[in-house]
Amino acid sequence: MLLKVNGDTHDVGAPDHWTLLEVLRYRLGFTGTKQGCDKGDCGACTVLMDGQPVLACLVLARLAEGHEIVTIEGLAPRHTAAGGDGVDPVQDGFDRCGALQCGFCQSGMILSARALLDRNPAPSDSEVRDALSGNLCRCTGYTQIIEAVRLTVAEQSGTRPPLRAWEHPPEKGSDPIST
Amino acid sequence: MSARDTHGIGAPWGTFRHVGRPARKIDGLDKATGHAVYADDITLPGMLHAKTLRSTQAHARVRSVDASAALALAGVHAVVTGRDLPTTYGVLPWTQDETALAVDKVRFIGDPVAAVAAVDEDTANAALKLIRVEYEPLHAFFDPFESAVRHEPAIHEGRQDGNVSKHVNLAFGDVDAALAAADVVVEGDYFFHGTTHAAIEPHCAVARYAPDGLLTVWSATQITHYVHKALARVLGLPPHRIRVIQPHIGGAFGGKSDPFSLEFLVAKLAMVTRRPVKMLYTREEVFYTHRGRHPMHMRYRTGASSDGRLAGVDAKILIDGGAYSSFGLVTTYYSGQLLTAPYAFPAYRFDSTRVFTNKPPCGPKRGHGAVQPRFAFEVQLDQLAERLRIDPIELRRRNFIGANTTTVNGQRITSNGFLACLDRVERASGWRDRRGHLPFGRGLGVAGSMYISGTNYPVYPNDMPQAGIQIKIDRSGVVTAFTGGNDIGQGSSSVVQYLVAEELGLGLDQVRVVAADTDLCPVDLGAYSSRVTFMVGNATIDACRKLREPIVAAVAAAWGVASSLVRLAHGFAEHVDDAARRMPMAEAFALTETRWETLGATGSYNTPALGGQYRGGAIGASPAYSFTAHVVEVSVDAETGRITCAKAWIAHDCGRALNPMLVAGQMEGSAYMGLAEALLEEHAVNRFGIHRGPSLLDYRIPTSVDTPELHALIVESLDPEGPYGAKEAGEGPLHPAIPALANAVFDAVGVRLTHLPFTPGKVLTALREAGAASSGGAR
Repeated sequence: MLLKVNGDTHDVGAPDHWTLLEVLRYRLGFTGTKQGCDKGDCGACTVLMDGQPVLACLVLARLAEGHEIVTIEGLAPRHTAAGGDGVDPVQDGFDRCGALQCGFCQSGMILSARALLDRNPAPSDSEVRDALSGNLCRCTGYTQIIEAVRLTVAEQSGTRPPLRAWEHPPEKGSDPIST
Repeated sequence: MSARDTHGIGAPWGTFRHVGRPARKIDGLDKATGHAVYADDITLPGMLHAKTLRSTQAHARVRSVDASAALALAGVHAVVTGRDLPTTYGVLPWTQDETALAVDKVRFIGDPVAAVAAVDEDTANAALKLIRVEYEPLHAFFDPFESAVRHEPAIHEGRQDGNVSKHVNLAFGDVDAALAAADVVVEGDYFFHGTTHAAIEPHCAVARYAPDGLLTVWSATQITHYVHKALARVLGLPPHRIRVIQPHIGGAFGGKSDPFSLEFLVAKLAMVTRRPVKMLYTREEVFYTHRGRHPMHMRYRTGASSDGRLAGVDAKILIDGGAYSSFGLVTTYYSGQLLTAPYAFPAYRFDSTRVFTNKPPCGPKRGHGAVQPRFAFEVQLDQLAERLRIDPIELRRRNFIGANTTTVNGQRITSNGFLACLDRVERASGWRDRRGHLPFGRGLGVAGSMYISGTNYPVYPNDMPQAGIQIKIDRSGVVTAFTGGNDIGQGSSSVVQYLVAEELGLGLDQVRVVAADTDLCPVDLGAYSSRVTFMVGNATIDACRKLREPIVAAVAAAWGVASSLVRLAHGFAEHVDDAARRMPMAEAFALTETRWETLGATGSYNTPALGGQYRGGAIGASPAYSFTAHVVEVSVDAETGRITCAKAWIAHDCGRALNPMLVAGQMEGSAYMGLAEALLEEHAVNRFGIHRGPSLLDYRIPTSVDTPELHALIVESLDPEGPYGAKEAGEGPLHPAIPALANAVFDAVGVRLTHLPFTPGKVLTALREAGAASSGGAR
């Protein structure tokens, strides 16, 4: 089959029952796409298909023919090809906000966030939570992920994101031992 | 403890340049771009794929295993059974009761029985179906109360105490007299259900057996050193012919602490086939592998004087251990030993019994052993406050144990920021104006806790360093730290990077970290018991201080000034009084090497002698304790019984926040995990021993829309022995979440929930009973 991944067309052979996830990971070496459950529950294998987030473990590889696939590895090159600097601002925001703990869910999470911002450049917090609700994260409690998207949005629009709880200094008199 | 083990709380060169700032993580961009390599991302030339055949019986003798048809299948390279790997192992030297594959018995549905290595996963799976296993079923235990009294058939034969895995009974002071003399005593039964880690990455291991007989195992483990020791034991290889490497790991939370069957299987299969072998668990296998939080049936009595001062606590706990020991000996001690702060009480007794059942084995999960008792106890404190008409936060303040003191069970407390934690959550949540004053159906609850920053007791007793690090200096100006500490996503390699940069005056881009490779890194006991920041941090500072001296001396000699006038900062060696006089660190390194020799250093850490003078007194003894307080806000729908947690305020005393952003991430992640245990998650088997829902759809970990607003409030008590004053932050902040939520439900609708998880059915039942009681009272 012919699969277009991150701008390149790959001529790849695989068993008929293989999913896009298996072909990406084990034939094409795009191991940034993760497998957490292999049955569509966790979202770790999220990739973009024609700009829409899809679960690669639920798409037969053959059915991805004729579509444009973007994996996490394709995001930074796409950003620089469009004249940007470094990595995609969503990736940078995740790193700067502490959203990457173990990192295993974040390829899918970042792609879901990218897809959201591509269709809605200024989402509300509840729109962000909705858009990421198919991507399970076990480390962060999602807070720093939401903050990362918020930071990305704020910087795109030239505003400042609100202070995070831990950035507020203790109220006067409440913290006698702190120095 | 020696001089190398403490380093003071101050900045090494006057002011902190990295510590205390929200710096990036050392591996953040690698992870963000998909380039970080995890175990299943490794592919080696000629690699085979292995799968495990698992028991369909909860408790049975294995009569025979016939693998001949599987071996005959094209593409199958090897099959191993229990007879090939008969040596027992277990993370604790006293309870080595597991084998990689069942030798003569299976003890739960999912217990590994045989393994196949084949050319691909499909062939391996097909081969599993061809293996014939003949079982002789035995009576299976699913009820821990039955295991406690019925000794036959023994799940583990040849033990003195039947199906009891561990029994601990410790008393401090005269509890009976204290409770008899108390003005008020609350008494009740509590149940904490089973929960599991559900890291998003399934367990995975890869092995290569080189032609020269060197075995390399890459595994998603949080304790490389123990896997190394266990591999040597089970495979019968000398340890120096084994190398264990932990690649990036996709979450652990305690669930990757034990040595696991798959690590031995890939190694054995690689040795048999002489080809690299990979095994990746399915999500279903991860649920059966488990090692999650122990279900505990708890009975507590807590007494207090009329002014709210605690008089004594009496606890009796039955712990459902599942099929193997794992860390269960420690769990049994922790169920009692870690309750004795942040509140003082003069008399305490706990009687904890862990039993075996024919269920997936329990083990350490974030907050190991102490989360369940903390739930029961903090609910009782709320009940005491209610009975005595004292504000629940005020009651906790009155019983504060203080800093620089000793607990009733002999644990040394140094720094203690718990009062500040209470202040922070009280103010941030608007407690004084809102608690008790919100409309029916909405409420606030509080709870507190303490946790260890590592323990002074390595799992195999020895007097060698618990943490070791090696530092290499390159003439280019880069410094590489080799640490045996396992970065499991909590950021331990980042912490090492910040500390090296701080100590040697470098930029973060001048420090690299190599972690968790037994060939390259000194022994470190790994990522468990919240030990890494404290112990590896101190070892890092120790190594750096050995390097600072010759560097400063060489520069001072070159400039003809006193050493005290040279400092290392901003990537330069500079004159303290003359900022223009400076040289890049690469030049300073070259100068030092020219004057003496190749630059490098090792660093170590060991705890001081700690713990009570009684059997088990060292278990739970930590060089420093962290403290936490939560206020949780809920709404309860009295018609549907559904509880919604809207907000949680988490104040945590982490000593010093080396990177406040990472500390906040640990606090938020802990709270989210705890709150989900209260409301959503349950790990249980049905009456046949089959898991009730071994998938991430059925085992409901929260999504982004289920998770409340989490407010992380950092408290810094500056611990005298922590690295720059730091203590743990990864596990402690979980504990109060569950009782705080239960106490909030009481504030909202006036019912006490004592049996987890808090399902709508339990809420409705409690409301109905409360309604019947109040209308009965009105008659």
